[in-house]
Amino acid sequence: MSEATTSVLSRPLPPPGSELLALENASKYFGTVIALEDVSMNLLAGEVHALLGDNGAGKSTLIKILSGVYQPDKGRYLVEGQEVHFTSPREALARGIATVYQDLAMIPLMGISRNFFLGQEPTRGFGPFRRFDLERANEITRAELQKMGIEIRDPEHAVGSLSGGERQSVAIARAVYFGARVLILDEPTAALGVKEAAVVLRYIAQARARGLGVVFITHNVHHAYPIADRFTILNRGRSYGTFARKDVSREEVVQMMAGGEALEELGNELEEFARRDAEADSARRQEAAHTEEAMARGFKREGIEAERGSPAPN
Amino acid sequence: MAGAVPAHSTPPPVPSTESEPHVGDSYLAGTGQHSHRSPQQGDSRLAALPAAARSGRDLRRNHRLGRVRRAGLEPGEFVSWRGTATYLEVAAQLGILAVAVALLMIAGEFDLSVGSMIGACSVIAALIPTEFGVSFWWGVVAALIFALVMGFLNGLVVLRTGLPSFIVTLASLFIIRGVTVGMTRLITGRTQVGGLQKLPGFDSAAAVFATDIPFMGAAFPISIIWWLVVAAAGSWVLMRTKFGNWIFAVGGNAIAARMVGVPVDRVKISLFMTTAAAAWLVAMIEVTNSRSADVLRGEQREFYAIIAAVIGGVLLTGGYGTVVGAVLGALIYGMVRQGVVFAGIDADWVSAVLGAMLLIAVLVNRYVRQRALGVRG
Repeated sequence: MSEATTSVLSRPLPPPGSELLALENASKYFGTVIALEDVSMNLLAGEVHALLGDNGAGKSTLIKILSGVYQPDKGRYLVEGQEVHFTSPREALARGIATVYQDLAMIPLMGISRNFFLGQEPTRGFGPFRRFDLERANEITRAELQKMGIEIRDPEHAVGSLSGGERQSVAIARAVYFGARVLILDEPTAALGVKEAAVVLRYIAQARARGLGVVFITHNVHHAYPIADRFTILNRGRSYGTFARKDVSREEVVQMMAGGEALEELGNELEEFARRDAEADSARRQEAAHTEEAMARGFKREGIEAERGSPAPN
Repeated sequence: MAGAVPAHSTPPPVPSTESEPHVGDSYLAGTGQHSHRSPQQGDSRLAALPAAARSGRDLRRNHRLGRVRRAGLEPGEFVSWRGTATYLEVAAQLGILAVAVALLMIAGEFDLSVGSMIGACSVIAALIPTEFGVSFWWGVVAALIFALVMGFLNGLVVLRTGLPSFIVTLASLFIIRGVTVGMTRLITGRTQVGGLQKLPGFDSAAAVFATDIPFMGAAFPISIIWWLVVAAAGSWVLMRTKFGNWIFAVGGNAIAARMVGVPVDRVKISLFMTTAAAAWLVAMIEVTNSRSADVLRGEQREFYAIIAAVIGGVLLTGGYGTVVGAVLGALIYGMVRQGVVFAGIDADWVSAVLGAMLLIAVLVNRYVRQRALGVRG
């Protein structure tokens, strides 16, 4: 494992703009369920490629194919032009494809440096006296985190003491340090507040500047739009295609994500709400009847809840 | 263990004036009729008893952990070198187990089978040489192989079935004990094997596992050295090696650990084998000290080992703890156990004290852990 990682590390990153990954007409079925149908996308070095879609759109399936958990039932998967058939995430990792999962990124009770080097511990000494070089691990961890603007007092502090955004950033820093050329980030900002999300987004931008390719999975257009160079939009297992940011507005992306008809329906419903609100308003103004007012409030509350009940991360 | 006599019905181990050399676990004051009897004597006497009564007697002789040599110690001698030797011996025998159990618990698993593993290993070590007329060392080696295989199977079943290790090893606790009792009775007609000192190779084994080291006028059993060696090795592995990092990881979050390439199954299975090997070491120490093996040896030891680990700060849910903590837990156990006796208090109260300590320790640990995670770095 460490050998494979080292070999990736030792090779220079491909020049920006060259193709790191490509998926050609990939399909994935679970029994009779179509998880993914005829999806194509590619990832270039030095770009952030946002993978957008609502719940059940097939985002999870797609990243699991990219990260080596699943194999596509149809279609081809190419890494730097070569067709691959990964049977485990380890194989993908050995090719420099690192996946950072939303909630599995870190082990909270363990120290930061112990987490950082988990599975790839630097060792010192020989034979039975080979030991985990914790001093070096601490040094490197501190330095790597400093590079991304996270100051830690003690690298041996439990990861649980870091904020959610910092944890994600440590996980990303770890992947970058261990020679990832492709970063697959699964909803890295889903559970984060605005400031926290900004920390992570800034670090994604840094990784891009270093020439890595980043696949950024999210259902939050507002996090994806400012940073992504291209978008691939999934809906019910199919791709709407890939769009460069300059060719598409935020609103259009939202519209595609929700699916044309669904959004149209939503639009109609919203209009209906607005109309009833307006009716209620005028009615109130005219009659100031308590019953009408209560009804209008009821509608409003419903509207607010519908808005709040944003889809949970998948 | 139907028909087992409850532990508290035995005479309290008042510091007696017996000064036998190598008074071990099974030569308990108050059941002196077992001392220095030949196997034949014991056999006929036991044969006259119904099975239930026999196992009751077996139990009575073995229910306590690490019976101490009580060479005329008086209350108040607790702080003397001789007093220290007695509680260190108790602590050592539990401590060896507690170190291994703590490592396994940090990795997120339990091993309740260590208690009956001690009984099984002691009987195997005694039966192989007595039945086949070979050196005692063959028994020692066979017991070790048995322990490692059982540990491996424990781990394999836990990982393959995905069942909680608490349940799996609870089952193996009973299976191993039952098979040990059944097989031993089938082969020898009894539940103890005595007279081991006559076997070839016993003396050298006793030199390794049961020597006394004179120091400051007191006899310190070599089991204390074993304890320190096991503890030092365990602590080094946990804190300073790659494998140790993996132990924390598989206990903290096995899925996340697997994602970054930690061989979760290998880590857990090796630790199940480690606890079994620790049980073997304790069994060898007890067998050579008492020169006899008993199927019921090690009863309830699994709980004491967990208590020691938890008092020492090991998290029951895994992912957190130290070997040093488990060592201190065992030391506290030894001091409480012997301290109560030395203080002239009836030993029946020891369990109550231990239970209360366990509860307090868990509460304190939880508080410490919440602080460790709550304080932003």
